[in-house]
Amino acid sequence: MARVRTGVRAMGAVLAVVLGASLAGCSSTGGKRAEERAAEAAEGRAAVNTPRWTFAMVTHSGDGDTFWDIVQKGAEQAAVKDNINFLYSHNDEANQQAQLVQTAIDKKVDGLIVSLAKPAAMKAVVAKAVKAGIPVVTVNSGSAESKEFGALTHIGQDESIAGEAVGDELNERGRKKALCVLHEQGNVGHEQRCAGAKKTFDGTMQNLYVDGTNMPDVTASIEAKLQSDKSIDAVVTLGAPFADAAVQAKRTAGSNAEINTFDLNAKVATGLQADQLGFAVDQQPYLQGYEAVDLLWLYRSNLNVLGGGRPVLTGPQIITADDAEALADYTKRGTR
Amino acid sequence: MSGSTAAPEKPTRVDERLVRTSALRKLLGRPELGSVVGAAAVFLFFAIVADSFLQASSFGTVLYAASVLGIMAAPVALLMIGGEFDLSAGVMVTSSALISSMFSYQMTANVWVGVFVSLLATLAIGAFNGFMLTRTRLPSFIITLGTFLMLTGLNLGFTKLISGTVSTKAIGDMEGFESARTLFASTLTLGGVEFKVTILWWAALVAIATWILLRTRFGNWIFAVGGEADAARAVGVPVIRTKIGLYLGVAFAAWVSGQHLLFSYDVVQSGEGVGNELTYIIAAVIGGCLITGGYGSAIGSAVGAFIFGMTSKGIVYAEWNPDWFKFFLGAMLLLATLLNAWVRKRAEATS
Repeated sequence: MARVRTGVRAMGAVLAVVLGASLAGCSSTGGKRAEERAAEAAEGRAAVNTPRWTFAMVTHSGDGDTFWDIVQKGAEQAAVKDNINFLYSHNDEANQQAQLVQTAIDKKVDGLIVSLAKPAAMKAVVAKAVKAGIPVVTVNSGSAESKEFGALTHIGQDESIAGEAVGDELNERGRKKALCVLHEQGNVGHEQRCAGAKKTFDGTMQNLYVDGTNMPDVTASIEAKLQSDKSIDAVVTLGAPFADAAVQAKRTAGSNAEINTFDLNAKVATGLQADQLGFAVDQQPYLQGYEAVDLLWLYRSNLNVLGGGRPVLTGPQIITADDAEALADYTKRGTR
Repeated sequence: MSGSTAAPEKPTRVDERLVRTSALRKLLGRPELGSVVGAAAVFLFFAIVADSFLQASSFGTVLYAASVLGIMAAPVALLMIGGEFDLSAGVMVTSSALISSMFSYQMTANVWVGVFVSLLATLAIGAFNGFMLTRTRLPSFIITLGTFLMLTGLNLGFTKLISGTVSTKAIGDMEGFESARTLFASTLTLGGVEFKVTILWWAALVAIATWILLRTRFGNWIFAVGGEADAARAVGVPVIRTKIGLYLGVAFAAWVSGQHLLFSYDVVQSGEGVGNELTYIIAAVIGGCLITGGYGSAIGSAVGAFIFGMTSKGIVYAEWNPDWFKFFLGAMLLLATLLNAWVRKRAEATS
């Protein structure tokens, strides 16, 4: 008992020190206090009086993925506006994702949104949903399979087209030798992006695989590559968090390469403004979530289908320093 | 001093432990010898096949990659010598960075306050591991697997709850950031080559770990509890205190790594760190630690981290087809470890 009591007392002392320190050591710059109250796009009220339908979204996102967080935000805001009960689940294992879709079917949802990163594993379960009379919209990946599987519409970015846009942009900027940094080995979308860029780029482009869950390792790998080949004058990372790692690698390696990236976040927006980055390719994840919910609502309430059987593209949108300033606030809010 | 080390009775014949050994014999008996030979082999190999591997700037890069791993590998090696694992070590690094960043941001406090709070919180996680382990007597595999899963969930849940997104807010414009960056994530230029400050942290941690292991009573306790915990307890070694101390060591290193992560990238992704715990264990094993405990060294863990750093970056310098990257990495590590085992066997045979 005595030991327990000293433990409690020690914890109390620690707590007191922590609270005291936090009161004494305030920062006059940055932090939550400086954060501006962001104006919410939707005011948290439904804009329609249709029945309260339930839509489920099942994606192949891993835990804590910035990109899918923005998709989810878009979907949630559309759900509020459309008076929808919105359910979200995700798993990066194809088999688990299929099981999650099955649970949504079991729940008899009124609409289903799925991403088809691993189409083969999803085929049977999507067919099951269609057969059960649940309208399906596919998002993000799977533009080629969407129609074949019986989905109403596909909303997303064609990865090859996005890659080609990068190649064109690099040409315009007079780049000769580029590096494509892939942070997930075996991700089909990533390969398509780099292949697309390689296709339209007039110079040479090499791939570099890095371990996406280990940031210092990403930096060191890019650093090593830039040191071993001084003629590389452009680096393209496939995710926003990796752009900053590339910027640091460039500095340490003493390279002159221009750093460009797919996707956008607050750090990328400020990087573009500070000229640390050349351009960012945004596929507007917010739109993928928002439109998916909204299109399902349109179908439910009015049998509308957008796209005429063809994918509705949300990107690529090339963002440079000029656009970054206007977008900075939205990236801080986590919706761009 | 407890009575555990009572003077032994006069031996009738000379105890083998008292036999004088030559310096060479002593060297051959060191656990890290094999890995040093392995490291030399890997170094020579890449020096030959990769043109840019021998540049001074490349050396800085390889050392950085090794140091980030090595900072964690040193206390993990000590823990393994003490007979335990810590599967939560990789995610704990991310937790430490998240706590530091979010506390500073939410309280609008000087970032040093967050750094300090994070130290306490991370040590508390380490103490939790050690306390649960010694209280329940369950295998460390189960206890730390539980902690690993809980931390993974907490990292994500709390970050989303507090920041509204899956990564933390940028704290680069807050007071104290620059000085904290100097301590945890600065770059030193020596003779035109840039070295990250983590290399100094690594060297210091390995030196301290080696000193503890070889020159202190606590070091003897570590070997004792790793070799045979019950026998150690019988002769008066405080097993519980030793094990909790080892977990606190891992937590401290996780705090250092976490702060490095935070202050070099300014923003922390909450999903990071999963899988790294295995890399730390691999580095310790390559460096000569036995998975069963009771044998190994801190310097060995440093050599193991260095082999890992050289291999993973050497492959990039050699410009091999990246599709095969993981295969090359695995094959090189296996070869280095086999060479390590072979050298050790030869050393044991000759002694």
